Amino acid sequence: MSEPSPNNPAHAEDAESEPRPGRVRKPIGWSTIMIAALVAVSAGLVWRRDGTDGVLEILTHDLSLFGGILPRVLAGCLLGAFISEILPHEKVSRALGPKSGLKGLLIGTAFGAILPGGPFTAYPVASALLAVGADFGATIAMVVSWTLIGYGRAVAWEIPIMGTDFTLWRILISLPLPVLAGALGRFIYVRVYPTPAAKDDET
Amino acid sequence: MSAALLIDILLWGSVFGVGLIAFRRGPPVFKASLREGSMDFINIVPRIALGVIGSGYIAAIIPQEVITGWLGPDSGWLGVATAVIAGAATPGGPVIGFSIGTVALKSGGGVPQVVAYVVAWALFAFQRVILWEIPFMPARFVWFRCAVSVPFPFVAAAIAMVIGKP
Repeated sequence: MSEPSPNNPAHAEDAESEPRPGRVRKPIGWSTIMIAALVAVSAGLVWRRDGTDGVLEILTHDLSLFGGILPRVLAGCLLGAFISEILPHEKVSRALGPKSGLKGLLIGTAFGAILPGGPFTAYPVASALLAVGADFGATIAMVVSWTLIGYGRAVAWEIPIMGTDFTLWRILISLPLPVLAGALGRFIYVRVYPTPAAKDDET
Repeated sequence: MSAALLIDILLWGSVFGVGLIAFRRGPPVFKASLREGSMDFINIVPRIALGVIGSGYIAAIIPQEVITGWLGPDSGWLGVATAVIAGAATPGGPVIGFSIGTVALKSGGGVPQVVAYVVAWALFAFQRVILWEIPFMPARFVWFRCAVSVPFPFVAAAIAMVIGKP
């Protein structure tokens, strides 16, 4: 009965849920241009060294890698979109916002440590958290925690290659780092951007 | 490759889980986030393509031996600083990063230096920053995050020096 008509996308905006904050969609920026230039120069050097065959060999290899990654990128984007939709924004800004204190940094750290998947999940989800009210500090804690104490990469790569002893010991050493990085981030952020983040779209 | 399969299962399981929660909030919420996620995907694909396809060329012009050489058995803080730069400059994915770490350990590199290398690689490997972090996150956040992370490979090395070997 309450089935929404499938070809009425405007319906979503009328829904009772609070309006979704726009997520950051950057146009092609300087970073992209710099990377493109770097890639072009590198490809030129490879061509001079290895000829057309060398260029094509890398291209085929990377294209197949790209094909394998695409479904995971889609999963990461969907995960980020769902999470930013279902998390109540006031609660997120209270739990992870600029005034969330040590607790916010700890929540960010815990979240980064348990997040499944690789970079294709971590960054879309981190971006979603920023969009729904987490501050730079808590988001830094989350990203650093994912990369240093997250189990995904440790189980898949570090333990098989570097051994269990080294990996566990390295993770133990890394335990305090996400909270420290988040705290340092907060400390610097309020000094670099004194007005409360102004009217930036990623508040 | 069972680890990759496990990761995929966990990943899609999480997508399904949060999707179900969104769906129970009502089909409009579900459809809105589905559309949002797909738009993000479409927007991100060209940048990921540039990163994945391009980083192969960047990796090809940085020989691995150069990185391993930087991690030689010279110890002390100069070694740690070199290891941090080597970690940031390491091309390729986790296999290359961790293999270089293992080679360095086996060829007599100091443990704090190898820890600094692995931590620096995890925090700033340029390929991951270019390929994943910049396309997905606001550029301002990425530069800020990298700048703030600079002291931490050194902190990790210091802790490793204090608590000793594994």
